[in-house]
Amino acid sequence: MAFFSYLISGLSLGAIYAIIALGYTMVYGIAKMLNFAHGDVIMVGGYIAFTCSISLGVNPYIATIISALGCMVLGVLVERIAYRPLRGAQSLSVLITAIGVSYFLQNVALLIFGANTKSFTSIINMPPLKLFNGELTITAEAIVTIIVCLVVMALLTLFVNKTRLGWAMMAVSEDKGAATLMGINSNATIGLTFAIGSFLAGIAGVLLCSSYPTLTPTTGAMPGIKAFVAAVLGGIGSIPGACIGGFLLGILENLSKAYISSQLSDAIVFSVLIIVLLIRPTGLMGKKQIEKV
Amino acid sequence: MLEVKNLNVYYGMIHAIKDVSFSVKKGEIVSLIGANGAGKTTILQTVSGLIKPKSGEIIYNGENIVKISGHKLVSKGLAHVPEGRRIFAELSVIQNLKLGAYTRRSNFEIDETLKNIFNKFPRLAERKNQLAGTLSGGEQQMLAMGRALMSHPSLILMDEPSMGLSPIYVNKIFEIIKEINNDGTTILLVEQNAKKAMSIADKVYVLETGNIVRSGNASELINDEAIKKAYLGE
Repeated sequence: MAFFSYLISGLSLGAIYAIIALGYTMVYGIAKMLNFAHGDVIMVGGYIAFTCSISLGVNPYIATIISALGCMVLGVLVERIAYRPLRGAQSLSVLITAIGVSYFLQNVALLIFGANTKSFTSIINMPPLKLFNGELTITAEAIVTIIVCLVVMALLTLFVNKTRLGWAMMAVSEDKGAATLMGINSNATIGLTFAIGSFLAGIAGVLLCSSYPTLTPTTGAMPGIKAFVAAVLGGIGSIPGACIGGFLLGILENLSKAYISSQLSDAIVFSVLIIVLLIRPTGLMGKKQIEKV
Repeated sequence: MLEVKNLNVYYGMIHAIKDVSFSVKKGEIVSLIGANGAGKTTILQTVSGLIKPKSGEIIYNGENIVKISGHKLVSKGLAHVPEGRRIFAELSVIQNLKLGAYTRRSNFEIDETLKNIFNKFPRLAERKNQLAGTLSGGEQQMLAMGRALMSHPSLILMDEPSMGLSPIYVNKIFEIIKEINNDGTTILLVEQNAKKAMSIADKVYVLETGNIVRSGNASELINDEAIKKAYLGE
């Protein structure tokens, strides 16, 4: 029974990674850039929800929505101010800018909220589910997180495959110039991608802080990097890949904590990244890249 | 319909298009011919707003469009079949076609156009659910043309539509261009296959390293000795 309990908490952690990884993977797929500030948007989401629900006493569900919308605005602003002027610049310049944005957000949070750990109260106020005469306990947070992740993935897949805007996104991702010739505003489409990714980051931030209720300016950094690993593991640019990668990583991390060593679990997670990159550089669901010369 | 005046385009320090002027009248097929690197593609990309010129005017239906961003030109009736086709390989044929109609709102009209395009290109109808990347070169060219037609354009810019195609497809593509023109669409055609291009064009401009060196009616230029020697291989 202990195994199942580790497995389910791994799934729940993985679901959070997956939601974050969706933002990474969509932005990479369309803007062809790694937005290393994505993890810090999660932290901002956590602080917004914290401020709303604990300091201002807003209903926690409404606080979650405010947090997601706040992150969405932040993501669009970051894209507009920091990344759009670099469109067409070398990818290294964009990458360094993203790291700069990441530090900027962390330090703004440090300035406003200080370095002290804030203890977050879970927004989910439900009793845990007890199965097998109480031998297996599943927290309400875990259930909600997993369900939210699956719903988000289903909605995103529908959006990308069935709507005009979703097709426009795929078109921009494949060939920005040709998309322009179709009358698609590629800058607006990239902005929309950042909006969706950051909205999800806000939700992920609240879910993360509900399951792991400590909040500091660097809260988003580690989950951000792990979600990036998840996105690469699943095949960066692929929506189902991000989900599978996230779940696998969460399970792997939790099982290694339980059975191998909690100190080594991060090392194991990152070793997986290295092994995957060696054996299958395009990730599990990634498409083979054919270099045309 | 289209008037380009004293157009100058630079790539960094390279002066790619030098003071080029030409015009396209409604209903015409106008052909730009010239060797590789003469600047044909650059001119088309500048007209459709993908590249911004250093100076000059592009008057389209009486409006200077130089400062308008590329994606806004499609709804003004300007379509572009780009060099190398640039279809969306990861999307299906039907998705590619519907993206061509991205700027149009009426579903009824879009379906009407789609029907016409499937009539013109029955091959695309057969393969409508296939990924565009799995089509043959000729089929991809038809898709690129169909996709441009989906926006219901009044002027189509076509960049090397015959490039890389088998002789049978080359003939077919030129027949289709003629047909599109007969349906009332004005065409600005860029081709390396000068002979074919001149055979369907009304007017021809000859481009050499960024300059227009000759221009005239296709029927005159096709019999010109210098042109014959340089471009028609006779």
